[in-house]
Amino acid sequence: MNILANPDKLRGFEKHIKVEKISRRTVLKSLGIAGGLVLAAPVMSRQAFAAYQTGADKMPHGVVVNPRVFVAIAPDGLVTIMAHRSEMGTGVRTSLPLIVAEEMEADWSRVKVQQAPGDEVKYGNQDTDGSRSTRHYLIPMRQIGASARAMLENAAAKRWNVPATEVKAVNHEVVHSASGRRIGFGDLAADAAKESVPAIEGLKLKDPKDFRYLGKGQISIVDLHDITVGKAHYGIDTRLPGMKYAVIARPPVTGGKMVSFDATEAMKVSGVEKVMEVKGWPWPSKFQPLGGVAVIARNTGAAIKGRDALKVVWDDGANGKHDSVSYRAELEEAARKPGLVVRKEGDVDAALKGADKVVVGEYYLPHLAHVSMEPPVAVADVKGDKAEIWAPVQSPGGTREDAAKTLGIPEDNVTVNVTLLGGGFGRKSKCDYALEAALLSKELGVPVKVQWTREDDVRHDFLHTVSAERIEAGLDKNGKVIAWRHRSVAPSIGSTFEANTVHQASFELGMGLVDMPFEIANVQCENPEAAAHTRIGWFRSVSNIPRAFAVQSMVGELAHATNRDQKDMLLELIGSPRIVKLDSVKDLWDYGEPYDSYPIDTARLRKVVEVVAAKGGWGRSVPKGHGLGIAVHRSFVSYVATIVEVAVDDKGKLTVPRVDTAIDCGTYVNPERIHSQIEGAAIMGLSLAKYGEITFKDGKVQQGNFDDFPVIRIDESPLVTNVYIIEPGPDTPPSGVGEPGVPPFAPALINAIFAATGKRIRTMPIGKQLET
Amino acid sequence: MIKIKINGEERNWDGDPDLPLLWFLRDEVGLTGTKFGCGQALCGACTVMVDKQAVRSCITSVSDVVGREVVTIEGLHPTGDHPVQKAWRQVNVPQCGYCQSGQIMQAAALLIENPKPDHDQIREAMSGNICRCGCYQRIENAIHLASTGV
Repeated sequence: MNILANPDKLRGFEKHIKVEKISRRTVLKSLGIAGGLVLAAPVMSRQAFAAYQTGADKMPHGVVVNPRVFVAIAPDGLVTIMAHRSEMGTGVRTSLPLIVAEEMEADWSRVKVQQAPGDEVKYGNQDTDGSRSTRHYLIPMRQIGASARAMLENAAAKRWNVPATEVKAVNHEVVHSASGRRIGFGDLAADAAKESVPAIEGLKLKDPKDFRYLGKGQISIVDLHDITVGKAHYGIDTRLPGMKYAVIARPPVTGGKMVSFDATEAMKVSGVEKVMEVKGWPWPSKFQPLGGVAVIARNTGAAIKGRDALKVVWDDGANGKHDSVSYRAELEEAARKPGLVVRKEGDVDAALKGADKVVVGEYYLPHLAHVSMEPPVAVADVKGDKAEIWAPVQSPGGTREDAAKTLGIPEDNVTVNVTLLGGGFGRKSKCDYALEAALLSKELGVPVKVQWTREDDVRHDFLHTVSAERIEAGLDKNGKVIAWRHRSVAPSIGSTFEANTVHQASFELGMGLVDMPFEIANVQCENPEAAAHTRIGWFRSVSNIPRAFAVQSMVGELAHATNRDQKDMLLELIGSPRIVKLDSVKDLWDYGEPYDSYPIDTARLRKVVEVVAAKGGWGRSVPKGHGLGIAVHRSFVSYVATIVEVAVDDKGKLTVPRVDTAIDCGTYVNPERIHSQIEGAAIMGLSLAKYGEITFKDGKVQQGNFDDFPVIRIDESPLVTNVYIIEPGPDTPPSGVGEPGVPPFAPALINAIFAATGKRIRTMPIGKQLET
Repeated sequence: MIKIKINGEERNWDGDPDLPLLWFLRDEVGLTGTKFGCGQALCGACTVMVDKQAVRSCITSVSDVVGREVVTIEGLHPTGDHPVQKAWRQVNVPQCGYCQSGQIMQAAALLIENPKPDHDQIREAMSGNICRCGCYQRIENAIHLASTGV
């Protein structure tokens, strides 16, 4: 804490900071490996340490708990709290500072949120992904707030010469009730800054019954007003004096490279100033630029027009024959043959052989593009051995690291300013666009903005993986499921980092394959090989999308095969309330969390099903042509169940009159934003189910914009999405919200379509499959 | 030299008359509230009003708006308190917020044309504006609120 308005200017407190030197690459490789330091932390109890542990310290640079880094109080009482995670629409820029404000007894209306630059040594890990922010930072933010509060209270006690135990911070003041004296935070700021930061072990956290903000409801996001008046600052909105605008022609095939270019026509375009090569990295290129030819202009429109006039000869390289039709056949063929066994209980072969009936489901889900409304964009200003970047990035720390390496300068010389993100969904975890801007600025010696067009975004994305999922379920003569074999074949995100990757990483296998929670005696999960021919990356919910689709579709198929209600079938498969043991799984990922804190708890899984069934009117009668479907999925250590009502008319036109979703995300901070995330998840789920498909021909992406890669618009959106948040137990750790809403949507929809029409859709997207 | 009027102010342009209005607004004038989403009039992020009608500025050239009144999100209301803006805040519509300038301009144009749009009319009028975060339910609620005060 300090008395300056800008805490960022203060240095010299680094000795308080706990630093864990783990490189990003090491972490990537060890995502599935348990161990390392873990932060012990309580939930809503008052002791600073106790109830549960998280995987926060396993993230690069771990956690920093230091009020001097995160909190500043100005003499006028304005409290500035640093937001060190990136805002892409989840509300994290509001929720984390809100936790600090709650715990330090700051009045939220007198708090200003300031976005931290990329600096993980100072702020701790900043990778805003994996639905981790609240679950990793609830306790650290409370500790920071409690430290700040203690420093203010100590300063007031000294000033009044009374024991610190007699004073109490209440709503932006410290009060000595015995004498009736009170003093504002602003008046105390200078003295409080001189207090030492108390040891975490001795901190007293607030009693949850005294919470004013946490878990209470309607806290608007801090950027709300700016957004509605056009003043919110996104990556695209950075403008610097002398800045040039660049648009890049990139190799149309992943792994391809530029052979030659002719800039004659491009240079004739009004406003175009220069055409130049951009350095590319060989495939797999990690987060590095793909290379190509940049058109530099006085504005973006001129740069786009110039690029349209450019003639480039490309060498397509090894992936020039990649074709989605033949690739799909390869994946599906692989799913019909044995593959690497990644989970094994009992004897699935014998059980299937002895089964009274075997139900087989083969499911296919194509690549998806993120299409955040703000396409990738970044501004860089590189001068000598110093670089400053302004960019909408989910990984400010990683961007800083990668920019330093790419430019060959020390990390301390790189400043990464984080703007608001116009959507992210995982795309903006990869900083290639910021590196492109840095390279161009270095060569040109002026600030450069690199703008991706929508076509660039769709054609050069780090795509959501394509997947063939095959499940065989064996039933005994009583209709009980006794065998379950699930083969999942999909190119891995690991292929973006290491050539010849053919198996999925533990973090991918752990998203709905090996962590399948059903109570079945004989279970085998397999991962046959799949080679990648394009850049694969994290997409909101990641592998949970195909896995939930396959598993929950199969539940619907089994209900049909045994003539049972979908929900009853689902609850029977989930089985008894218990903690699922997965001893046969090597490197059980569990979202990077210690399993003791975040086990698969089927009581919680059952509960979201039961709650959504009760509140969402499961079993209600619906008009002709309508149908109800249900699905449940645990992901990002949260539990989500969804009921979708569909209507399919006689021409096969699909509409969604109603969606009901129950989410158990443990202890929560801002229910208002949980509702918005779940409402949005239904839209994204409907988009991918109805339309989502990226295909390749001759190695090139065949889609380019919202006309051939459509997403749901308002006229097709569900009429209503009801959200039910499960009240957490007193010690339930917080879990993910941003991603877990998406996976159960598509299978619930597909089960509903089956109920309405008798048609079982096994290939995504639905497209024209319902048309008659 | 082209002269056009944006938010009541005269602006001069001596460059390419075919430059899309979007990039003129953003890069040449510095009015960055209007966003780029697709460049093909498919998503509505760049929506502005021209003579009180919603227009996609990404496919409208600077020369197209000579002699017309262009209004951007920055010029919709002097204090940002247009009924649509107020309703937007009351309903907590935005998630990432990027598409919202376009959504608000489209909604404001709708209410000029039809002060009390019903459910179907709202869905029809707003169907050119994509929100990838999926704020649609709240967009509709906010437009109802702005049009009825309820």
